[in-house]
Amino acid sequence: MAKYMLIMRASDEAVAAYQDMPFEQVIEAMGRYNEEMMKAGVLLAGEGLTDASDGFVVDFSAEPPLVTDGPYGETKELFNGFWILEVASKEEAAEWAKRCPLGPGSKLEVRRVTEIEDFPQDNEWIQKEAGWREEQAQRAAKA
Amino acid sequence: MSDDVTDGAAARPADPESARRAVAAVWRIESARIVATLTRTVGDFALAEDLAQDALAEALAQWPASGIPSNPGAWLTAVAKRRAIDGWRRRERYDDRLAAIAHDLEREQAEATDAAGGLPYDPDAIDDDVLRLVFVSCHPVLSREARVALTLRVVGGLTTEEIARAFLTPVATVQQRIVRAKKTLGAAGVPFEVPPRSEFPERLGTVLGVLYLIFNEGHSASAGPDLMRPELSREALRLARVLAALVPREPEVHGLVALMELTAARFPARVDAAGDPVLLADQDRRRWDRSAITRGRAALARADALGRGRGAYALQAAIAEQHDVAASVDDTDWASIVALYEALGRAAPSPVVELNRAVAVSMADGPEAGLALVDELAADGRLARYHPLHGVRAELLERVGRADDARAAFAEAARLTANERERAVLLARASRPGGR
Repeated sequence: MAKYMLIMRASDEAVAAYQDMPFEQVIEAMGRYNEEMMKAGVLLAGEGLTDASDGFVVDFSAEPPLVTDGPYGETKELFNGFWILEVASKEEAAEWAKRCPLGPGSKLEVRRVTEIEDFPQDNEWIQKEAGWREEQAQRAAKA
Repeated sequence: MSDDVTDGAAARPADPESARRAVAAVWRIESARIVATLTRTVGDFALAEDLAQDALAEALAQWPASGIPSNPGAWLTAVAKRRAIDGWRRRERYDDRLAAIAHDLEREQAEATDAAGGLPYDPDAIDDDVLRLVFVSCHPVLSREARVALTLRVVGGLTTEEIARAFLTPVATVQQRIVRAKKTLGAAGVPFEVPPRSEFPERLGTVLGVLYLIFNEGHSASAGPDLMRPELSREALRLARVLAALVPREPEVHGLVALMELTAARFPARVDAAGDPVLLADQDRRRWDRSAITRGRAALARADALGRGRGAYALQAAIAEQHDVAASVDDTDWASIVALYEALGRAAPSPVVELNRAVAVSMADGPEAGLALVDELAADGRLARYHPLHGVRAELLERVGRADDARAAFAEAARLTANERERAVLLARASRPGGR
C-alpha cells in the first residue's frame, strides 16, 4: 500500500463554471465522491481551500522573497484542495482520481506521499525533523 | 501522469501489463459491489462469485486490445450478467429470473450510452448488499482459513495469487479453500442476509475476529522468513474501515479500527535495517506514524461517543494509545495501562491478557511484582507452549538479576517460536553471558 495525494487544481474556466452551478449540486457530487472513498476504506484525509483572494504568494525569484496577495493573475492553475488516499497501487490512485466529479478546466495532480523509507535514515536533518514532528505530536496529545 | 496509467475514457489499446494493472485496480474498487449485486440478481452467492471471476478473466483478455472502458465497473457487471443468461440458456431454464436479468441488462446498456455512464447498481441499496456479503464470507459454518480467504477475495478484491502470497500458501490450496467454502455455504443453505437482531452481536464479533486475524498475521507473521507483512495488516485495516462505514453505530467496529491504526502507527519502527524485530523500549519513536495515531485516537473517540462502554477492541486500542502518546517507556502511564488490562481481563478473560497485565505491572511496580504474576501464569500451564510467556519471564528474570534462569527462559522461548527472525534474536540473548 502507498499513500497518494490528489491535488485539485482549477483554472479560471473551471472557477467560472462552478459559479454557475448550484452550490447544493456541487456539494452533493463531492460528498458522494468522498463518501465512496470513505466506504472503500481508502480515504485518510482531505481538505478544501478557501477562495484564492484569501491567499498570497511568496516568490523566491526576488531577494528577499517577494510577498504578493492573491488573486494570482499570472497563475492559471490554482491549488484548491487535496485528498490523501491509501491504496494498493498507482493505478488504483488513478482510478479514484478519475471518479472525481470535476469538469473541464479542472485538473487533479496525483503525487505519492513520501514515506519514512524514502529518506536516508542516518541523515542528521531527517532525524531532527522526525524529532520535531514527534514533539508536535506530544504537545497535541497533551493538549 | 506517466504513460503506464492509461486514460480510461479513451478506448485505446493498452499494453498487456498496464491493462493488467488497471484491471486489478478496478477490481479492488468494484469487486465487492459487483459480487453483491450479482448475488442479489442470481440469488446464489457461489454462482455470483464465479460469474464475477469470469468477467474479470474476460476483462484481462479483452482490455489489452480494446482499451479500458469508460465505466469499467458497469462493463464487468454487464459481462457477468450476460454470462449468467448464457448459462441458463444452455441449461434451457428460461424463467422469470432470466427475464428480469435480461431486462436489467437492457436498461443498463441504454443508460451506459449516456455520457455520464451511471453506476451498475443503486448506491443506496449496495451498502446492505456488501454488508450481507461480509456476513456470508465470515459465516461460522466456515473454517477460520476459509473465512479469511473468502473475505480477502470477495470483500477485499484480492486475487487468489495475492492471498496465497500473503499467507505463504500454495495458490492451489487457496483455490481449494475458496471452492470448498462456497460448497459449504451452499450445502448449509446460508442465506444472503444480515443476521437477525438476536444473532447480530455474535456474528459481528466473528467478522471483527476475521479482520483482526488478518491484521495480526501481517503484524506478527506466524511463520516464514519475514517478521511482518505490513501489506496484509493494511488490507485488514482498510476492510475494517469499510465495515465501520457500513455499521457506523457499532462501537467495537470503531474500536477495532482504532486498535489497528494505533498498532500500525508503530510499524515503521518495529524492524531494524536488517529486518530484525525491535522491542517497544528500543524503538525510535520518531519513526511512528503520527497521522495514523491521530486517526486511531479519532476512531477511539467515535467508539466512546456511542456511549455503550468499551469492548475488548476499544480497550486494547486505549492501551495502544497510551504507548503511542508517551515520549518514552519511562514517560508511559503504566498505571493507566494496568487498569486498562484489568478492564480487558474482565471484558475478554484470557491468559495472554494476564501476561500483558503482568508486563504492565512490572513497569508500574517493578520487576519482582511482574515476575510473581508471570510465575503464577507459568505454573498454571495454559501458556506453556506460548513463546512470549517465556520471553517475558526471561526479561524479568534478567531484570531481577537471575541471569542463568533468564538464559534458560530465552532458550525455551526460542525453541517455541516458528518465526525465524524472532528465534535468532532470542537465541542470541540466550547465549549472551550476563544477559543484555
